[in-house]
Amino acid sequence: MTNKVITITSGKGGVGKTTATANIATALAVDGARVVCIDADIGLRNLDVVLGLENRIVYDLVDVVEGRCRLRQAMIRDKRLPNLFLIPAAQTRDKTSVSPSDMVRLIDELRTECDWVLIDSPAGIERGFRNAIAPADVVVVITNPEISAVRDADRIIGLVEAEEKGPVRLVLNRLKPELVKREDMLSPDDILELLAIELIGIVPEDEKVILSTNRGVPIVLDGKSQAGQAFRNIATRLAGQNVPFLNLEDRNGFFGRISRMMRSGGD
Amino acid sequence: MSTFFDRILGREKRSARQAKDRLKLVLIHDRIDMNPGTLETLKDELIEVISRHVDIDPGAVHIKMTQDGRQQRLIADIPINPSGRRRSRKNV
Repeated sequence: MTNKVITITSGKGGVGKTTATANIATALAVDGARVVCIDADIGLRNLDVVLGLENRIVYDLVDVVEGRCRLRQAMIRDKRLPNLFLIPAAQTRDKTSVSPSDMVRLIDELRTECDWVLIDSPAGIERGFRNAIAPADVVVVITNPEISAVRDADRIIGLVEAEEKGPVRLVLNRLKPELVKREDMLSPDDILELLAIELIGIVPEDEKVILSTNRGVPIVLDGKSQAGQAFRNIATRLAGQNVPFLNLEDRNGFFGRISRMMRSGGD
Repeated sequence: MSTFFDRILGREKRSARQAKDRLKLVLIHDRIDMNPGTLETLKDELIEVISRHVDIDPGAVHIKMTQDGRQQRLIADIPINPSGRRRSRKNV
């Protein structure tokens, strides 16, 4: 498998990068893979709390880059899954303490250690974002069905393509099917037409995500949550398997059409 | 807020439609890094250059940016006046 380093980015803040990273990583680990996720948001770390690992941090990403510890020492093992690890961001430093080439070097070392590396990118298009995409094999752009989030996603896709990083995949997060049905929310069809990139997941709005973040237990571990199922499907698709899109609407709605399209479209 | 009658009479677009139309325009200008004013200047200069060689009606020129996948395309529709028209005008 060559596509093992996945960077999750969005441009706009607050669209769900960290939640997506935690959940996709957890889903891949549940399936038995050895997964390392990295919080690249130096100065504003959060992946640790979403995964519920905030009390275990000793060393961070900057400590590894500056040689204060070995890579293994900065890898925090998950409480529930022994094959899931987190390398947290430094909280008291800024993004310039790491360079894109530092990231490439560090991730090259990790490639031999594990099946998947997931990088949680900071918002914005500056140094932190450049650091996060430098080592990526696949870039997952996450957006919400809102005009500002889609605009920023388009900008990010343009920048990633200009750097010849790829492939780029889209996750549409926090979709409200009832609002789309009322034609008061951009539909997946609308967004795909405008962004013109391949869709890898649609995650419906689910208030259980808030509860799971409160507890520090990723939603993919909740077997009944629709959002959890959507994240599990994204993980499966990243691993190269075709799974139909969730039927969030009736079969003749666009969700039905998209899922049928994906099924008949082969790979 | 649109009323039921506004909607059935087609007086107001649903907000998703408005969002899509607005996004479409914004993305076109973001992608080519050109603001609407620059596009107008480009149009004026284009008309000026072409007018030096052929007779065109500046009011009938349509220049627009379209999207083809992730590629942007500048489409110019410039109708050329028939060569006889100038002469017939002179005769009037």
